[in-house]
Amino acid sequence: MKLSREEVLHIARLARLGLDEAEVDKFREQLSELLESFAVLQRVDTTGITPTAHSIALENVVRSDQVAASLPPDQILANAPQKEGDFFRVRPVLGDR
Amino acid sequence: MSAIANHSQLTIHEAHQLLKTRQISAVELARTCLARIREVEPELQALVTVTDELALSQAQKAEALIAAGDAQSPLSGIPVLIKDNLCTRGVRTTCSSRMLGDFVPPYDATVVEKLTGCHAVIVGKTNMDEFAMGSSTENSAFFPTRNPWDRSRVPGGSSGGSAVGVAAGEAIYALGSDTGGSIRQPAGFCSVTGLKPTYGRVSRYGLVAFASSLDQIGPLTQDVADCALVLNAIAGYDPRDSTSVPYPAPDYTQCLTDDLNGLRLGVPKEYFVEGMQPEVATVIRTAISRLEELGAGIDWEVSLPHTPYALAAYYIIAPSEASANLARYDGVKYGFSYLETNNMWQAMEKTRQRGFGPEVKRRIMLGTYALSAGYYDAWYLKAQKVRTLIRQEFDQAFEKYDALVTPTSPTAPFRIGEKVDDPLQMYLSDVCTLPINIAGLPAVSIPTGFADGLPVGMQIIGKPFSEETILKIAYAFQQATDWHKRKPAI
Repeated sequence: MKLSREEVLHIARLARLGLDEAEVDKFREQLSELLESFAVLQRVDTTGITPTAHSIALENVVRSDQVAASLPPDQILANAPQKEGDFFRVRPVLGDR
Repeated sequence: MSAIANHSQLTIHEAHQLLKTRQISAVELARTCLARIREVEPELQALVTVTDELALSQAQKAEALIAAGDAQSPLSGIPVLIKDNLCTRGVRTTCSSRMLGDFVPPYDATVVEKLTGCHAVIVGKTNMDEFAMGSSTENSAFFPTRNPWDRSRVPGGSSGGSAVGVAAGEAIYALGSDTGGSIRQPAGFCSVTGLKPTYGRVSRYGLVAFASSLDQIGPLTQDVADCALVLNAIAGYDPRDSTSVPYPAPDYTQCLTDDLNGLRLGVPKEYFVEGMQPEVATVIRTAISRLEELGAGIDWEVSLPHTPYALAAYYIIAPSEASANLARYDGVKYGFSYLETNNMWQAMEKTRQRGFGPEVKRRIMLGTYALSAGYYDAWYLKAQKVRTLIRQEFDQAFEKYDALVTPTSPTAPFRIGEKVDDPLQMYLSDVCTLPINIAGLPAVSIPTGFADGLPVGMQIIGKPFSEETILKIAYAFQQATDWHKRKPAI
């Protein structure tokens, strides 16, 4: 159950996690070993078993659509790495990769 | 033990009496804990942030209320430590990660609001495994915390700082969080009482999310009576957490008796795992025999055959949920941000590369893999089906037994550095606690003795919303023994 280098890079790309060469090698080893060990799950007969997403299942938890106060902008922006006025400053999204 | 330690090693209920009768003041109690923190922190490093000004200000307010006879809660004026993944407004909340090293939340977690509503006195934020991922507190991005019983050993994790803080008297009690054992295992390793409530019993609003279907907040205390008092304060429905159950919470102190007659306890043999430390098994068996002497009926031959699959199920489900929950750390709205590029994707990738530690990255990657196209059915969905089987097995057991009793961990606290390079070995230390989170059940770990001078914890597991039953059993044990009264020599 050995992951290939390409698989590791693919996962890292999906997770938007930068990795240097040493990390790619290290995680390739470790993730392969872990998945090998967790593959034991495949031995369990789960025919006809529904999956559990939540152990204490509640259904259709809703609230009424009432307008209430939110946090003021200065508090929301207080931890912003980059800001301008009442905005978070971000990099260009379109036109690249 | 130093003279300073004495007052901070009062229990909540003892301190409450002394405060009510004015034999001590809330400010005095706060100063005692802050002095104790200064005394032991160089050796233990259980705290990321000490909140002395806040503590003294809260203590003064509590004192005024107590003097006026207006302090209703037994938690008024009592010093507490808060795990650093619980949002505290205006106070740095780091999750022991570089990603949130300077993050100051603009709001309080619901449980923090509830405690401050009771006039609790917050003395600090505790060290943890980064983003709650770990079993030893060695994954903190800042420093490891040391076990006060043997400073070359781990306190357990991920709520290691909280467990140490209580064991060493840095506060009278603490809050932790538990996703795979992160309250119970460090409670066991540090010889304190730690409870993970039923999933949905305590609001997760303001708890930095790790695995949303597994996370719960709970108390770490010096005894079961204190545990019940804290649970009273933090349990209950919260409209801001849509997984919070709309069932009223009882007064958990009412169930504390020392009569176990008529109770049926089961001991699932799969929890006495191969590779378990023999001395730990002996201590646990002795403790269970004690419960039998106290009147409980014990079935030593219970079997939960899917137990061995819980570890794999957990280490697919939890990382999968974590990979989604940690996607928000992108350097845009808060947290660490890599600024030396104008390329959006590179900024995100580098932010996450630099901001997260290796265990966090490992789990994000495991989870991303298990959820990805082509692998989702074989891994994540499969794990969720195994989860159903594990839960069904517990449900069947609870038709015959009122509670199940197991070791909290297969070994006593291991040495710092011993398992940190072997992820799988580290994961195995939670093998007794993980299944409980998978099934959403309540469980408490209580001090049960020592193996070669190191603490051993016993775990009592109940069916959903049976905290009263498991606390009653734990209370009876503590009335008949004094393991929980022992303190480390520091």
